[in-house]
Amino acid sequence: MNPTNRTVVVTGIGATTPLGGDSASTWEALLAGRSGVAPLQQEWAADLPVRIAAEIAVEPSEVLARPLARKLDRSAQFALIAAREAWADAGFSAKAGDDPAVDPDRLGTVVASGIGGVTTLLGQYDILREQGFRKVSPHTVPMLMPNSPSANVSIELNARAGTHTPVSACASGAEAIGYAIEMIRTGRADVVVAGGTEAAVHPLPIAAFANMMAMSKNNDDPQGASRPYDVARDGFVLGEGSGIVVLESAEHAAKRGARVYCEAIGQGISADAHHIAQPEPTGRGIADAFANLLDNSDLKPAEIVHVNAHATSTPLGDVGELRALRSVLGDDVDHMAVSATKSMTGHLLGGAGGVETVATVLALHNRVAPPTINVDNLDPEVDADIVRGEPRALPEGTIAALNDSFGFGGLNVVLAFRKS
Amino acid sequence: MAATQEEIVKGLAEIVNEIAGIPVEDVQLDKSFTDDLDVDSLSMVEVVVAAEERFDVKIPDDDVKNLKTVGDAADYILKHQA
Repeated sequence: MNPTNRTVVVTGIGATTPLGGDSASTWEALLAGRSGVAPLQQEWAADLPVRIAAEIAVEPSEVLARPLARKLDRSAQFALIAAREAWADAGFSAKAGDDPAVDPDRLGTVVASGIGGVTTLLGQYDILREQGFRKVSPHTVPMLMPNSPSANVSIELNARAGTHTPVSACASGAEAIGYAIEMIRTGRADVVVAGGTEAAVHPLPIAAFANMMAMSKNNDDPQGASRPYDVARDGFVLGEGSGIVVLESAEHAAKRGARVYCEAIGQGISADAHHIAQPEPTGRGIADAFANLLDNSDLKPAEIVHVNAHATSTPLGDVGELRALRSVLGDDVDHMAVSATKSMTGHLLGGAGGVETVATVLALHNRVAPPTINVDNLDPEVDADIVRGEPRALPEGTIAALNDSFGFGGLNVVLAFRKS
Repeated sequence: MAATQEEIVKGLAEIVNEIAGIPVEDVQLDKSFTDDLDVDSLSMVEVVVAAEERFDVKIPDDDVKNLKTVGDAADYILKHQA
């Protein structure tokens, strides 16, 4: 096969999210329609306009050895936990080289976040001001740098084909997976561990997002606050966690007899070139990403039965995405079961693309789309089939699903997966 | 009152345990921080700062590179503590 157009498959998944400490418990909660949002109990939250978030279900300190954990930013802790699960789930028994099934020089990592080690940066700044420069941790820089999660996964797994960190705000995790697909398709690597992570539950990012009028202030009803497509939606709810997948060339997976969840068909990418933080109002940029996906893959619109939407629960964004989908895919949208899993996980920013890819892969694998919760009164401008309340069975045969992620700065990423 | 060598080694063992997770009984005079105790160059800075505070001593950056073993550090602290 042409080494510049190799088929890529998903062979492993891992996650740690507000819904569970691994992908299985996260998936179970998604199908059950459970919200991971709760009031913030921290003292600093009392004076903030936003006092709710979807915090991690299982603290990393319960999973990682302390000497390792104290040298990792929380975002890297999440990524390492999810990557370890994905690696084992893919059937590898040890790091590359020790497990002869994968050559370290043919293994890469691409793990991204939106904001990097923001709690480390701000925590160490507090130490600098309160205790002086000598007390600033020598681990600060390797902890806060945005490529730290990817680098730590690379070190852990002995991945030597490259370690990358594309940064595009809330599209970061999806961009990472798209980058990984290209690494394999073009022959740079046989296996790539890829996804997103974020740990930004801290008063500064919350205050900043709240002042942009981007967040839900529904403090009195935490579990109902993230409500994509509902008429009463008033902004996103911040979440934290990580989702990671193992991507592999189909040939490499077949050779080692790996279980294949689905094919990673490819991606559509565009940039709004409009405003640093507002979506382009006509949906032109997002539509371009869908069109780009169709132009650059063998995906057929008739195959698409499920969309894990970006849908963050903002008034403009949720319907703009669907309008763009309709403008490119027309009547084919009618056979797509659309799910907004952020209604349960909150918005994991750069982690979203990772966790939602895990959800999309599991939806195809199990042939069931998770519900969107809190849609009590569907916005009449929603022109798509939203999965509400209960999970929805997906058809037999060859089916495909999309995972959309759009970021501040204007990058639009649509990932496509297919199961035969 | 100045700490004895025994007290210094005990203190260093607690610090190394906190930072690198090495059992306190494994932190002996002849042990190398980097080769035996899983203390890399960055974590060594943490050990030094914690030791400075605990034993009321200043350990300039230029001297840190000479502290290869627990014994080196204990001797240095013994000699320089206030």
